Amino acid sequence: MSTKDTVMKDRRNPLKTALGLGSSQSGVGHWWTQRVTAAALVLLGVWFVATVLCLLHADYATAHAAVAKPWNALLLIAFVLTMFWHAVLGLQVVIEDYVHTRWKEVVLLVAIKFLAVLGALACVLAVLRIALTP
Amino acid sequence: MAEFTLPKNSKIQPGKHYPAKGAKNPRTFRIYRWSPDDGQNPRIDTYEVDLAACGPMVLDALLKIKNEIDSTLTLRRSCREGICGSCAMNIDGTNTLACTRAISECASGDVKIYPLPHMQVVKDLVPDLTHFYAQFASIKPWLRTQSPAPDRERLQSPEERKKLDGLYECILCACCSTSCPSYWWNGDKYLGPAILLQAYRWIVDSRDEATGARLDDLEDPFKLYRCHTIMNCTRTCPKGLNPAKAIAEIKKLMVERRSA
Repeated sequence: MSTKDTVMKDRRNPLKTALGLGSSQSGVGHWWTQRVTAAALVLLGVWFVATVLCLLHADYATAHAAVAKPWNALLLIAFVLTMFWHAVLGLQVVIEDYVHTRWKEVVLLVAIKFLAVLGALACVLAVLRIALTP
Repeated sequence: MAEFTLPKNSKIQPGKHYPAKGAKNPRTFRIYRWSPDDGQNPRIDTYEVDLAACGPMVLDALLKIKNEIDSTLTLRRSCREGICGSCAMNIDGTNTLACTRAISECASGDVKIYPLPHMQVVKDLVPDLTHFYAQFASIKPWLRTQSPAPDRERLQSPEERKKLDGLYECILCACCSTSCPSYWWNGDKYLGPAILLQAYRWIVDSRDEATGARLDDLEDPFKLYRCHTIMNCTRTCPKGLNPAKAIAEIKKLMVERRSA
């Protein structure tokens, strides 16, 4: 679209366009939570990788018993919840950056939240079944 | 979606060649050309300039081309000493000022000159900065106070004044904003590094009494938080400023005034 077309279709003062709908008074929560979950994932990630490495070549019963230990189950649930939380915050940024058709953006933003909650619940359920089954 | 390829009518065609006959020290400049009036696609014209009879800066070569070779070449320029910001353009792959960029500093081979990236082009090397300036106006770039006006100047300590160093020097040339991929994809709402640096210039001003209101206006996923610390802004700034740091300082203040 040439500058001329823009002028013809848009007679608003450029300041009106720049101001848009104003500030949404949000964003800092997202930014801060993304960093806090990232810091938590550094610790939980190291623990998770170390735990998995310890279980290399272990048989099913050993792995089952390891997950069933209270501390392991607790940290595993914490890791999974933080991971899905952090992932959904990151995906949200990617979608906001690149998807410029509003309805597609809204559908995707809601869809990733549903999928993340579903994934997190499934993981928690799996850990709890192992941990709480006698 | 973000546009990753140029639309059909923006695809660049080969252009005209202007050889320099009998030049002692020729250098080739390949320059983006587009006119709104002829219905043609943009093209790259090639100009050979005799550096033996030309000043040292890229702007000198551009003005020599305009004066002596092709008067239709269109560009903005004014102060020719890096303080007005008019001649901002993409030279040798980097957004910078034509007047402060030496021809000898450009990589060997042809010197490629384009308008600032991802802006509407008015003609040749002249981008449409209307929205950029409107975004600047939107942050209310002036001293805002609530206390009654004093009978004399509003005083600042040397330490308070020092906080404006590295900020007040910004000349709003738009090199940084137009080098930022986030500004390319979301420039309609994202304020971009230049405007955010200007916003921070008023946020840290010890005399300004609208700090909270200024932060309120910026607290938005698009106006501020499209910055992903890509750092192109700081790398390209022809004045050697650090817009990325100014944005990081704004983000820190946003956290500081809320509960962790």
